[in-house]
Amino acid sequence: MTDLTTRYLGLTLKNPLVAAASPLTKKLESAQKLDEAGVGAIVMYSLFEEQIIHESLELDHYLNRGSDSFAEALTYLPDTGAYNMGPGKYLDHLSAIKKAVSVPVIASLNGVSTGGWTRYARYMQDAGADALELNLYYLATDPDLPGLELENAQVELVANVKSAVSIPVSVKISPFVTSLPNFARRLKEAGADGLVLFNRFYQPDIDLETLEIVPSLVLSTSDELRLPLRWISILYGRVQTDLALSTGIHTATDTLKAMMAGARVAMLASEVLQNGYARIGDMLNTMTAWMEAHEYESIQQMQGSMSQQAVREPAAFERANYINVLSSYRNLP
Amino acid sequence: MSKRSIITIDGNEATASVAYRVNEVIAIYPITPSSGMGEFSDEWSAKGKLNIWGTSPHVIEMQSEGGAAGAVHGALQTGALTTTFTASQGLLLMIPNMYKIAGELTSTVFHIAARAIAAQGLSIYGDHQDVMATRQTGWAMLSSGSVQEAHDFAAISSSATLKSRVPFLHFFDGFRTSHEVTKIEPLTDDDLRAMIDMDTVQAHRARGLSPDHPVLRGTAQNPDVYFQGRETVNSYYAATPGIVQAEMDKFAGLTGRQYHLFDYTGHPQAERLMIIMGSGGETAETTVNYLAARGEKVGVVRVRLYRPLDIHAFVKALPQSVKSLAVLDRTKEPGSAGEPLYQDVLNALFETGRTDLKVIGGRYGLSSKEFTPAMAKAVFDELGKPNPKNHFTVGITDDVTHTSLIVDSAFSTEDPETVRCVFIGLGADGTVGANKNSIKIIGEETDNYAQGFFYYDSKKSGTLTQSHLRFGPQPIKAPYLIANNTANFVACHQFSFLERYDIVKFAQPGGVFLLNSIFSKEEVWDNLPVEVQQAIIDKKLKFYNINAYEVAEMTGMGSRVNTIMQTCFFAISGVLPREQAIAEIKHSIEKTYGKRGEAVVRKNFEAVDQTLAHLYEIPVPAKAESKLVMRARVPAEAPDFVKKTLGPIIALEGEEVPVSAMPVDGTFPTGTTQWEKRNIALEIPVWEPDLCIQCGKCVFVCPHAVIRHKVYGKDQLAAAPATFKHMDSKFKEFPGMAYSIQVAPEDCTGCTLCVEACPVKDKTQVGRKAINMAAQPALRESEAVNWDFFLNLPEVDRTAFNPNTIKNSQLLQPLFEFSGACAGCGETPYIKLVSQLFGDRTIVANATGCSSIYGGNLPTTPWAHNKQGRGPAWSNSLFEDNAEFGLGMRLTIDKQTEYARFLLKQLSAELGTLADDLLSANQADETGIQQQRERVALLKEKLAARTDPKSRDLLSLADILVKKSVWIIGGDGWAYDIGYGGLDHVMASGRNVNILVLDTEVYSNTGGQASKSTPRGAVAKFAMSGKGISKKDLGLIAMSYGYVYVARVAMGSSDQQTLRAFLEAEAFDGPSLIIAYSHCIAHGIDMAKGLDQQKLAVQSGHWPLYRYNPDLIAQGQNPLSIDSKEPSIPLEQYIYNETRYRMLVQSDEARAESLLKEAQGDIKNRWEYYQQMAAMHYGKGND
Repeated sequence: MTDLTTRYLGLTLKNPLVAAASPLTKKLESAQKLDEAGVGAIVMYSLFEEQIIHESLELDHYLNRGSDSFAEALTYLPDTGAYNMGPGKYLDHLSAIKKAVSVPVIASLNGVSTGGWTRYARYMQDAGADALELNLYYLATDPDLPGLELENAQVELVANVKSAVSIPVSVKISPFVTSLPNFARRLKEAGADGLVLFNRFYQPDIDLETLEIVPSLVLSTSDELRLPLRWISILYGRVQTDLALSTGIHTATDTLKAMMAGARVAMLASEVLQNGYARIGDMLNTMTAWMEAHEYESIQQMQGSMSQQAVREPAAFERANYINVLSSYRNLP
Repeated sequence: MSKRSIITIDGNEATASVAYRVNEVIAIYPITPSSGMGEFSDEWSAKGKLNIWGTSPHVIEMQSEGGAAGAVHGALQTGALTTTFTASQGLLLMIPNMYKIAGELTSTVFHIAARAIAAQGLSIYGDHQDVMATRQTGWAMLSSGSVQEAHDFAAISSSATLKSRVPFLHFFDGFRTSHEVTKIEPLTDDDLRAMIDMDTVQAHRARGLSPDHPVLRGTAQNPDVYFQGRETVNSYYAATPGIVQAEMDKFAGLTGRQYHLFDYTGHPQAERLMIIMGSGGETAETTVNYLAARGEKVGVVRVRLYRPLDIHAFVKALPQSVKSLAVLDRTKEPGSAGEPLYQDVLNALFETGRTDLKVIGGRYGLSSKEFTPAMAKAVFDELGKPNPKNHFTVGITDDVTHTSLIVDSAFSTEDPETVRCVFIGLGADGTVGANKNSIKIIGEETDNYAQGFFYYDSKKSGTLTQSHLRFGPQPIKAPYLIANNTANFVACHQFSFLERYDIVKFAQPGGVFLLNSIFSKEEVWDNLPVEVQQAIIDKKLKFYNINAYEVAEMTGMGSRVNTIMQTCFFAISGVLPREQAIAEIKHSIEKTYGKRGEAVVRKNFEAVDQTLAHLYEIPVPAKAESKLVMRARVPAEAPDFVKKTLGPIIALEGEEVPVSAMPVDGTFPTGTTQWEKRNIALEIPVWEPDLCIQCGKCVFVCPHAVIRHKVYGKDQLAAAPATFKHMDSKFKEFPGMAYSIQVAPEDCTGCTLCVEACPVKDKTQVGRKAINMAAQPALRESEAVNWDFFLNLPEVDRTAFNPNTIKNSQLLQPLFEFSGACAGCGETPYIKLVSQLFGDRTIVANATGCSSIYGGNLPTTPWAHNKQGRGPAWSNSLFEDNAEFGLGMRLTIDKQTEYARFLLKQLSAELGTLADDLLSANQADETGIQQQRERVALLKEKLAARTDPKSRDLLSLADILVKKSVWIIGGDGWAYDIGYGGLDHVMASGRNVNILVLDTEVYSNTGGQASKSTPRGAVAKFAMSGKGISKKDLGLIAMSYGYVYVARVAMGSSDQQTLRAFLEAEAFDGPSLIIAYSHCIAHGIDMAKGLDQQKLAVQSGHWPLYRYNPDLIAQGQNPLSIDSKEPSIPLEQYIYNETRYRMLVQSDEARAESLLKEAQGDIKNRWEYYQQMAAMHYGKGND
């Protein structure tokens, strides 16, 4: 019997396929479908503190605007005085999902203020989350902001959150870090129980006809697996924390590669969004078949087996590899 | 009696809180200033607040006050305890039902925020004209004069009506009492249960119609018995005063507050008496107490129960010593022998044999005109004269018929222990809201009595607000504004007001003046106008400055300086210890904003915390040496009428306008907004000729007509100011000419719609358009000169081009300009378009609502005329009758045209071919119209030389021979609801009128109540949980006639389709209806994105564009042309940009989802239905 179980953030998961933070958890029914389809754990969609603030301020702005200015219309909208403006809606939903599914539920948080990060983290713990995923989604655009300063702030907030909650905390990071291993180690030292590689920034697009910047959501492909795969391989064994591979998991093969590189779990969303919940079962079956065919007993057996430290040619993961890849491209125009 | 709790509320809430608790059904229709009562009731009902029997009343919004009265009548007839709230025209619409309700001896109370009646002009403010117009209906009338009394009398009238079976009108002064915020002792549910006798409730119910004990009510009676029947009720009326007094006595037993049918206050041996009702009684009482304490033998009788009038009780209330009486009426009955209360008093005295008394009558306080102690004293002074003036007025200067009394404005009864504060704020800055909070804090957290009253100006954008606050250890009976030179504390929250208004005038010597300015403590003094400096020096004021904008910016408050200025007020005034004050402000912030989310509370807290570090006392130099001076009220070149009549109103000094300066019949000149330079835009558009393609879209969408374009001869440029921009014309009709776009810098509101509409983007920097916003102050002077130059460039000849393209249409001079509508208003661009295309031959009938307010509210009005003196003639009749009003105009035109043509034919021998040419003229286009005008000019010339009666008559009618256009304009409240019956009839009439419905999908003018146009899922007042049913399809109903031109337009989606619809509608020789999507502040959107929202509304299918032209039927074509594409985006992509929809998601997500789904279904069904209609085959004849 092939053993698919894995350990992630101190939790034992029945298999390493984890539903990544995505709109798939916006509805209770879809979270249940993920559970039924066989995922090992579910990461909730992210609670964005900025969005909560924005919605609050926007509601306040429009309820105030024009009020007490004109004798006949002292207000323009009725103030019902009952709004779900805070994190309440998210937390209620988290509790509901937690009750409705059999697998661990990891809450995902993107904060903007120190107080916000810790406050919401505590709320999530209280709402029943088995673990937290801190979504460090921050786009540095200020040339005056040194990278180290930003990293320090992020390390500090991880430490703050860790001190505020008792459940395990993972940190989802972006690949755009000058020295990822160093940053990863600092996060681990700040208390991170796991690192999720990587956050996918939604890239805006340009509409040539309207000359406008338009939001663009492009789902991932297996090709995007390579980047996290490389970094998981490099970090494995160097930073003593659980690693999760997120981005580019579409097939059983992708998942197996992730495990071999050193990931404890492989997170997927695009594949399910595109091809349905049944893909999870397919992938698990294919994984099992492959493992059986190749005589692997367990997932844990293969985890890190092809990390940089484990392979015969560690340089293959490093810069020299770049030249090889380029020179191997034969189909020149 | 145990100590009772205290609350600080306004008169509307005080009244509604009782009415709600002692009724089961409430049917209402919003009308200022009573709307608050209905809105509170609706809110409480939505939140499940209970009446004294443990259930929530059913609250229903009707389509008109007439409808509300009908629903009330029905509910009463079937036994429910039922009430309504209304005012003014609304009450007039209830009169027919009031007779019925009284005739049927039905127990009910209508609560009225008494208001002026539209006569020579409409007024939303308070007086007794409306209630006095119902005094003959057989209703008891109980008058309250303060917020506490409104609360108490609501209860007393409710119990008395059940006991007496006579219906009651409980009224109080609109605004003065309905909107005054003050401290009262609220009645508990137990108090109300003790007041309401359950036997009377059950008897009322038992009288209700029921098939289980059927009766018939409402018979038709004939000469034989009607009279007798009418006399059957006498004993009920005779008993009513006694019942009311008994209820008042019972009430006193419960609360300790004793009222009488007539309450006397004053000197025990008073010789001079005033008789008065309403809030003026409070002023009279205060004045009498003040004068009596100084030995003057004066007194006041306050009339509480005006109908049925108990003349014996009245006479009994008069002290034996009385020698003369002055009866004050807050109403006007032209042509009467005297106003009603005066006549009633005369009658009472006559019938009781007190003919020894001298009695005079006078009018006061119309339309919330101030009634101050000085005015009350003037009345007593007049009474003391040997031959006092009868039928006097007090509070105005009547220099025509000399009715007015002379008032010593220096006389004041203000208690020295009372603190008086005046705050001048900008509408958008939250000043009023903060002051309402301050009054609550002072009223509820200290032992002080407190009063707040708020006054607003007549514009909807860039408005000035006044907050008048009093607090102190003694009860405050001062229902009038804080007078000049009497305020301890004056705050100006908007620096720019200092150059336009005398604000320091309110301050008493030695008082405090707090200013919010952008200047530092070192700079501020030098930046004050010299007049302000001098006043500060002369009055020895303590002067404080804060840059609240900076604090607001730092703390994320944007333009709202409310909590910052509120903190300053508490810090300076010392009404509470500073720490406690800050804690109370924060508590109040949490209470007010807590439900909107932590972030809102946090930013307000931060603003409070940052304030005191930025507040400075400014040393006042000994001399005023500023080089800045206050601006003239109006420009020197303004016409005399503007200077004499409108100028003082502009400067907030309208009180000084004498009767002689007012038009006798409400007729005003047009084109007066040009004289009121409001300078409210922080940024204005700047034109970039290097990018401009001369499309005219910016001009088309401008709601305020402040951006215009012209083509003109290049020779004109010789005199152009140095910074005037121009380029070569790209119009094919005008080759070789110059072209300019120009902005009116002092009239622009800074709404940015023009920038949004500009389709051009700089290829090297796409953020730069052909129109971009830039800071106004640096451009103000130079662009004002450019604007003047631009205006003086000749207008483009209307006959030289076809206005059927956007760019061409915008060469036509707008004759609707600089209105006081909200910045970025979605309605006004359509109105402006009418004025451009047809304005010089248009008559407008305008329904009451936003468009009548920004279109016709004093001081200045936007309807304008061209250099030839032609332009739209405009009038507003009522809310409910606008379609009929416009039809009447059409009938006149048709009749006069017919008669003029008749006379022309009769005079054809004398006039020769001119008569034939006039009769056969083709006026289908501008050229034809211009030629006809020339013929008419010639005709007039010929007729002027003739003396025969027919020629004289034709001369008086000659202008009618030029084609006229009638436009009937109003909002959806009018078209879908209150005026729908008339609208339907006018469409059915087949007459040539053009109906423009400015559809904001909500009652905008009265503050966002749901109409039948409100879409499913939108939140509005009276639809707080999201409207559950779909929007009425007015266009479809109109199309069903088959002979009405119908168009649905949204200029943000297709400006060309809009233009085409307007041209076709006007050209159609029959009724036409244009339903125009008008984005609105009540949608809760960024108004700069209004045009985008229009586009999304169309793309989602919520607002399909179409034109239905019956003329096509005769050509065998389908009349319906659908001008927008199949819905291409989900509805949510459109609606969730708007707070009116989004707030439902935030309050009840499941309902929002369900309504969204249903609304999406509506769209699909409607689209398919329209498609089928558009695909129908229309054959010619029997084809």
